[in-house]
Amino acid sequence: MTNHWNDLKNSDCILAIGCNPAENHPISFKWIEEAIDNGGKLIAVDPRYTRTASKSDIYAQIRPGTDIAFLGGLINYALQNNLTHEEYVREYTNAAFLVTEKYDFQDGMFCSFDDQEKTYDPKAWAYAVDGAGNPKKDMSMKDPNCVYQLLKKHFERYDVDKVCAITGTKKEDYLAVAKAFCGTGRPDKAGTILYAMGITQSTHGTQNVRAVAMLQMLLGNIGIAGGGVNALRGESNVQGSTDYGLLFHILPGYLKSPEFDNTDLKGYLEKWTPKTKDPKSANWWGNTPKYTVSLLKAWYGDNATPENDFCYSLLPKRMGNYSYGKIMEKMGKGELEGLVCMGMNPAMGGPDSGHARTALGKLKWLVTVDLWETETSIFWKRPGVNPKDIQTEVFMLPAASSVEKEGSISNSGRWAQWRYAAVQPVGESRSDLHIIDQFHKRVKALYEKQGGAFPDPITKLSWNYGNGHEPDVHLVAKEINGYFTKDMTIVDKDKTLEFKKGDQVPMFKYLQDDGSTVSGCWIYCGSYTKDGNQMARRDDGDPTGLGLYPKWSWCWPVNRRIIYNRASVNPKGEPFNPKRPLIAWDATEKKWKGDVPDGPWPPMADDKEGKYPFIMVPEGHGRLYGLDLKDGPFPEHYEPVESPAKNMLSKVQNNPVVKLPKNVSSDLGKFPFIGTTYRMTEHWQTGGMTRSLPWLVELVPDMFVEISESMARQKGIKKGDKVRVTTERGSIEGVALVTSRLKPFKVEGKMIEQVGMPWHFGYSGLATGDSGNMLTAAVGCANTNIPEFKAFLCNIEKGGKKA
Amino acid sequence: MGISRRQFLQGGALAAAGVALAKPGEANVDAPGLRTKGLKSSTTICPFCAVGCGLIVHTKDGKVANIEGDPKHPINKGSLCSKGSSLFQVAVNDRRLQKVMYRAPGSDKWEEKSWDWTLDRIAQRMKETRDKSFKASELNKKDNKEYVVNRADGMAMFGGAGLDNEECYLWSKFSRSMGVGLLEHQARL
Repeated sequence: MTNHWNDLKNSDCILAIGCNPAENHPISFKWIEEAIDNGGKLIAVDPRYTRTASKSDIYAQIRPGTDIAFLGGLINYALQNNLTHEEYVREYTNAAFLVTEKYDFQDGMFCSFDDQEKTYDPKAWAYAVDGAGNPKKDMSMKDPNCVYQLLKKHFERYDVDKVCAITGTKKEDYLAVAKAFCGTGRPDKAGTILYAMGITQSTHGTQNVRAVAMLQMLLGNIGIAGGGVNALRGESNVQGSTDYGLLFHILPGYLKSPEFDNTDLKGYLEKWTPKTKDPKSANWWGNTPKYTVSLLKAWYGDNATPENDFCYSLLPKRMGNYSYGKIMEKMGKGELEGLVCMGMNPAMGGPDSGHARTALGKLKWLVTVDLWETETSIFWKRPGVNPKDIQTEVFMLPAASSVEKEGSISNSGRWAQWRYAAVQPVGESRSDLHIIDQFHKRVKALYEKQGGAFPDPITKLSWNYGNGHEPDVHLVAKEINGYFTKDMTIVDKDKTLEFKKGDQVPMFKYLQDDGSTVSGCWIYCGSYTKDGNQMARRDDGDPTGLGLYPKWSWCWPVNRRIIYNRASVNPKGEPFNPKRPLIAWDATEKKWKGDVPDGPWPPMADDKEGKYPFIMVPEGHGRLYGLDLKDGPFPEHYEPVESPAKNMLSKVQNNPVVKLPKNVSSDLGKFPFIGTTYRMTEHWQTGGMTRSLPWLVELVPDMFVEISESMARQKGIKKGDKVRVTTERGSIEGVALVTSRLKPFKVEGKMIEQVGMPWHFGYSGLATGDSGNMLTAAVGCANTNIPEFKAFLCNIEKGGKKA
Repeated sequence: MGISRRQFLQGGALAAAGVALAKPGEANVDAPGLRTKGLKSSTTICPFCAVGCGLIVHTKDGKVANIEGDPKHPINKGSLCSKGSSLFQVAVNDRRLQKVMYRAPGSDKWEEKSWDWTLDRIAQRMKETRDKSFKASELNKKDNKEYVVNRADGMAMFGGAGLDNEECYLWSKFSRSMGVGLLEHQARL
């Protein structure tokens, strides 16, 4: 989230698209309801009439996977009706930037597509640059090659009638959404967009998110209280686990994991440190060398020296894509020997679970670390297999629960909050921290004794977390924050700061690229300082009244509660909305008041020191036009891989850079219905944490399949009947739930029914049932590889599996 | 009314349980005092979704006796959803794993094992796989050149969204030190 949960109360209009906060983030509704009490409007856009929809002012039904059409139509509506925040768009986004004349878009395809490789060459979409190397601009935004004009042209095809034909939304509902939400383009209004997996789980998921962000930039809604682009994250620390780089392409703090051709530290830094020649651009990622060297110092300690590239050569280098789906493919081919699952359940959580379960059987060894037996840990005795046929050696380690250990987790609003151990772990269970510590120490001992392949990355690793049974979590947290490795004097403007060796670094602007600082994750620098553990703070004071709670826990970066907040003021530093000022420049004191600003510099209009507000891109301006995406600089509507409709906007049916697996089918004769998966309050993810709790099992005991009343009549299915749902991947059984929440969609003049189901059930736990993900396809977003769980084609029959 | 919001909520819980309240003032003598009197308390954050609600854990003699919403927490102000309200049953639950379990290749049952035996064997497996699958260099087909990659492609590491930050950090540090490129978690799904 650019903003945070309490901030929802500040919104004049909340657009929930591809998420269902009343159901899946129930307590967030406390703040959504406060916004409604304050006169704000709630809009729910969803294939189903959800709990969120039931509380909304406007509900618009949308066919799964057509979000770009829906959002593109809103972009067009705002542009055509002059509802954009003109000054914000001109000054803070790349709307005025000129694009190279090579850029072209024809009938669903951007230029420079390689038909053989199915890839674009994004160089053809670059900015046009002047002699000094800076992007050319036309501040009148009239040049036909400026982003604003290209944007307008791209989205003028997304007129209301066309959009509604694609999305299946009723025109009057769509117009009500457009009018209400685009009405927040005024400087004194704030609109927020909330989204979750309905947006990301798509073959064009990243472009869905971009469409959200672009609409928000056009309306001047990013960086302000009550605004923002807000991903409602689903797991208690999925924000933190991402921040700490548990993905193949990143290291902690969103530093890139090295690629094979970043052959030394210099090459790595050259490749990944963005550059600008514009003195008004802060280009924050220009600090990449400081954060990288501080990370290497945290990992390799005194062994990391300037002479040996700070041990850069000890890091593994990637060649290719190792995303989750690719790993499962490799596993299925028998190319992997081992897998460790730390509280993850791949027999359930990924697409095409049938394949995943077979793939697990190709492993030589499997380690699961969890509170419970999971479908993954007992995959070898799952229904329908003979354990004798499965040669995988399985270790099931009992993990401590969250109330049995100490440490921090980061919520969706980036608040890192400290938890305490209330009791000892149950039985012989142990914390994940202890288990990881043991993995390292025992592997290291083996390498020290026996030698082996390239032991240095293990034997030279800096690992000093005390001598207790458990590693000292405070020492880990202090290393993450970072400390000085020698006495330092730092001159910061008019202040001279003295630090001793071992002092905690107060904030990331003091991190260094010469080895004099350690920091395990630069964005968390400031979380554990000489003043102690900031994440444990419990002062609930709210001095601005905006709900920023600056002394409650700690929020990355630098306790800034709303990011890009320099975009909440005009170039002179005056709040666009004086009724809800987030930050304001005090010209007398020459400092910012309010939230921690996005950098200390004076307002943008200051000739000498002013900076643009979007500090994380080298051009300093929000990107209405994207430069580094795999599937085009603008979002373009394509159908989901399995769809009942032809693309009504171009002849290109699916995202052209997505490669299709064999087991997908759009044969409406076999699979005439739209399938979608979803979650509910009473269960959670793969069900491991909820299907063993008697209270929750009593509330929702069975796997169910939700259908509309019209489909129930048509198929002769009654509530409570057993039904079978089938896709090209598999077949599952569930209890029919007939509701008026689901309605068919109008697609090319025909009514197409939808089938909805949760994916929380499996064969382990107190309550068991068939798994929704047996049905979903292993095909994902062109940029992130996140699977398209939300839109597929299926059939449904009465009578369950035995029918 | 002369009672705090918290006491009011507790009174509400009593009423829901079928205990009639003659007048609001009697809420002052009801469950909160009795239920948590003499118990130790500490705060925690909900382990389910990422709203980050606060809870208070009450313990007695080293055992969890009660868990409820933290009324001081700015996000939830004491409220919880059905999952958060059930955190007690995560802490106190017969189905929780208590022992290390091992399943030999081809076996149809779990065997109980010691931590020491198991961790040693896992370390051995990791080392064998690392040594066997270690790639010091790899050919790039595009330029037909060998590049130093120092990667162990024989094993994958999954998970982290349910771990603490400090655990995630060490998981990343450990995995990369092992040469693991195949490191992924729930954020990809």
